[in-house]
Amino acid sequence: MTKKFNEKAWHEYELGFMVSQPGCATEYRTGDWRSQRPQTNKDKCIKCGVCYLVCPEGAIVLAADGTYDFDLEHCKGCGICATECWTGCISMVEEGE
Amino acid sequence: MAKRVGIEVSLAISEAVKLANVDAIAAYPITPQTHIVEHLSELVADGELDAAFIPVESEHSAMSVCAGTSAAGARTYTATSSQGLALMNEILFIIPALRLPVVMTIANRALSGPISIWNDHSDIMSVRDTGWIAIFAENGQEAFDLTLMSFKIAEDHRVLLPISVNLDGFTLSHVIEPHEFLDQAEVDKFLPEYKPVVQLNPDAPVSMGTVGIPEIFSEAKKCQDEVLKGSEAVIKEVFAEFGEMFGRDYKVVETYRAEGAETLLMTMGSVSETAMEAIDQMCDKDNRKVGLIRLRLWRPFPAEALRAAMGGIKTLAVIDRAVSFGGTAGPVAGEVRSALYSTDQAPYVASFIAGLGGRDITIDDFIAVVDQAEKMAAEKEIHQYKMIGVRE
Amino acid sequence: MENLNVYAAKLAPQQESLAPGHRACQGCAELLAARLVAKTLGKDYIIANATGCLEIVTSSYPHTAWEVPWIHVAFENAAAVASGVEAGIKILKKKGKYPVDRKITIVAQAGDGGTVDIGLQALSGALERGHDMIYICYDNEAYMNTGIQRSSATPYGATTTTSPAGKASPLGQHTMKKNVVEIAAAHNIPYVATASPSYPFDLMQKVRKAADMPGPAYIHCFVPCPTGWRMAPNLAVSIGRIAVESKVFPLYEIENGEYKMTVTHKHHRPVIDYLKPQGRFRHLSEGNIAEIQQQVDKSYDRLLKKVKMSQIELD
Repeated sequence: MTKKFNEKAWHEYELGFMVSQPGCATEYRTGDWRSQRPQTNKDKCIKCGVCYLVCPEGAIVLAADGTYDFDLEHCKGCGICATECWTGCISMVEEGE
Repeated sequence: MAKRVGIEVSLAISEAVKLANVDAIAAYPITPQTHIVEHLSELVADGELDAAFIPVESEHSAMSVCAGTSAAGARTYTATSSQGLALMNEILFIIPALRLPVVMTIANRALSGPISIWNDHSDIMSVRDTGWIAIFAENGQEAFDLTLMSFKIAEDHRVLLPISVNLDGFTLSHVIEPHEFLDQAEVDKFLPEYKPVVQLNPDAPVSMGTVGIPEIFSEAKKCQDEVLKGSEAVIKEVFAEFGEMFGRDYKVVETYRAEGAETLLMTMGSVSETAMEAIDQMCDKDNRKVGLIRLRLWRPFPAEALRAAMGGIKTLAVIDRAVSFGGTAGPVAGEVRSALYSTDQAPYVASFIAGLGGRDITIDDFIAVVDQAEKMAAEKEIHQYKMIGVRE
Repeated sequence: MENLNVYAAKLAPQQESLAPGHRACQGCAELLAARLVAKTLGKDYIIANATGCLEIVTSSYPHTAWEVPWIHVAFENAAAVASGVEAGIKILKKKGKYPVDRKITIVAQAGDGGTVDIGLQALSGALERGHDMIYICYDNEAYMNTGIQRSSATPYGATTTTSPAGKASPLGQHTMKKNVVEIAAAHNIPYVATASPSYPFDLMQKVRKAADMPGPAYIHCFVPCPTGWRMAPNLAVSIGRIAVESKVFPLYEIENGEYKMTVTHKHHRPVIDYLKPQGRFRHLSEGNIAEIQQQVDKSYDRLLKKVKMSQIELD
């Protein structure tokens, strides 16, 4: 069983305490930070991809139907996607609704 | 096939770096290190050394570039002195934490102010706690040999720490001495190619230098400390192997006429050779029981070897060539006292500061130091340190 | 390589090498810019990062958001470390210890503080030595990571924690933003450009161009910081756009000394459109704003003159 990072003995860490698992930051759920969440009206979505391109988290992913879905584990609810969306089909709703 | 050559010590060091087939050199000129890097850039320009010579715009960048070249997997070398060492201070702490085996020559020179280009140990003493391995050379042959050995020690997978080879600026770096060079075939047999454990390579992406959160910082420092302490064993191994292959033996603590001595004089660096003359005079002419002890290895501090070399002496007179202002002793004397404290029959440790900023320590000075130390020991004088050779 | 000339987000490169889960503030344009750089360069690049927001949020042990080799050493030496990585790989290739045909782009990343102030020396050295690398400055106009203190990239009239607008000193920052783009250009390097994540394709094209051109390249990236500029987090991209539209941050490139605008507008917005949404300019008087408009106009005109001069030489 692998020990948690704050349970290892001093000699059980990598050389120079480097991190050799690329992109392992995804383990950290920044989605827990948000107080509002994006929601798309898929009927109005023109599949332009602007939201995907301007998300600072990279938390917008291409869906099978060509529209875009939100990675809610990481979305911080900043609202840039809603602001930049060309048709205004993304709205920010309060978390917990 | 050994060649014996009369050459300036700086150039002998450059020859060692060339024989080590270094990949990258990033250095900034500062007196009295200049001849080393000048000769290295000549060697590169003439195609005799296949290395990248990066003429950086400051010592801080020199060590930063070294971090980059070493992390990329290149065998890396630099050299500096005094103010240059002070300027790269910030980065010096980071190199061992990243486990980068950079080799650096320090041509020891006094730290400003006032500004001085002359020799003392204030520069190396100011970086004592940076986590580097530090070794002292007393003559040109040692400077050549130790430079070659440094790559092997630093790059050993059990070590992977940076190492400084210290030699006295001007008084050693700029003198012409006889050196027995090794040829390339011999060096290649002794020093294999550098095989990094990890390097910056897109095929296996790593992040080096991540944020050391409190949950792991203590473990990181403990790890560094244990590796540094453990490097003494590797150093001894490399010394032994060098001795076997090339017939010159090095020890972490060296003694001279110490058997049967009641008083030992301790020095570091090239003044040791003058001190040996003083010892000879005291023993042969005046029938005194005095010997010389030198710390070749400064970091990790060879405490066990030091204790083992005491042999029941009564007095140890330590000559430091740097001041710890308002402190308890010269830097070396303080560590020596600390290592000997609480041992059975610990000798009286007298701390003297001499030879600052290029001031010579003469044979008579050494004799006076021994006289004074023995008197202080007999009187059990409580003291911190005494600066000698100063006009009052 | 995918077609970056078609300004269709749908056709942007799909690859990502900066993973989510980093700890930037919500709405951080610096991380957006870094993500776009990563998207352009893919997997075959190595980063030397200076201390700052980007470094801290992406490398909190035990996590890293980076999917490429990445090294952080200190604050002022991103350019020097990158120089070392570049020179190291170059010599290893020459000595047969690294695959020769492997094209790896070396990138130095730093904030405005780590570039324009404490990092200026290392940057200058790296550019002068001609290393084949890209230096990207992510400029959010203050030392944001340490708490919004002024840098020499902080613009005239902005309030920061160390240039606050106070009773005795009502302006806030009273010096002009240091023009490090011109400083970089003065080193006669092949490529210098300004960029903004509000114009993602312009940014990605410039990064691609910089990577493909041998020698040093400098890209100055304008990255609004909602936290430090005192704005709502959803405005980072739109305020960046207004900065370009109001001539506050023109988008241009200098290729071998020749100036060229890469984004132009027929009509420009008044500078007040840019200043008003930001809390850091809230203290400015009408007189200050008029002064800033004059400065912006003058600067832009001077830039246009250089563009014109470049066109003349080409004839």
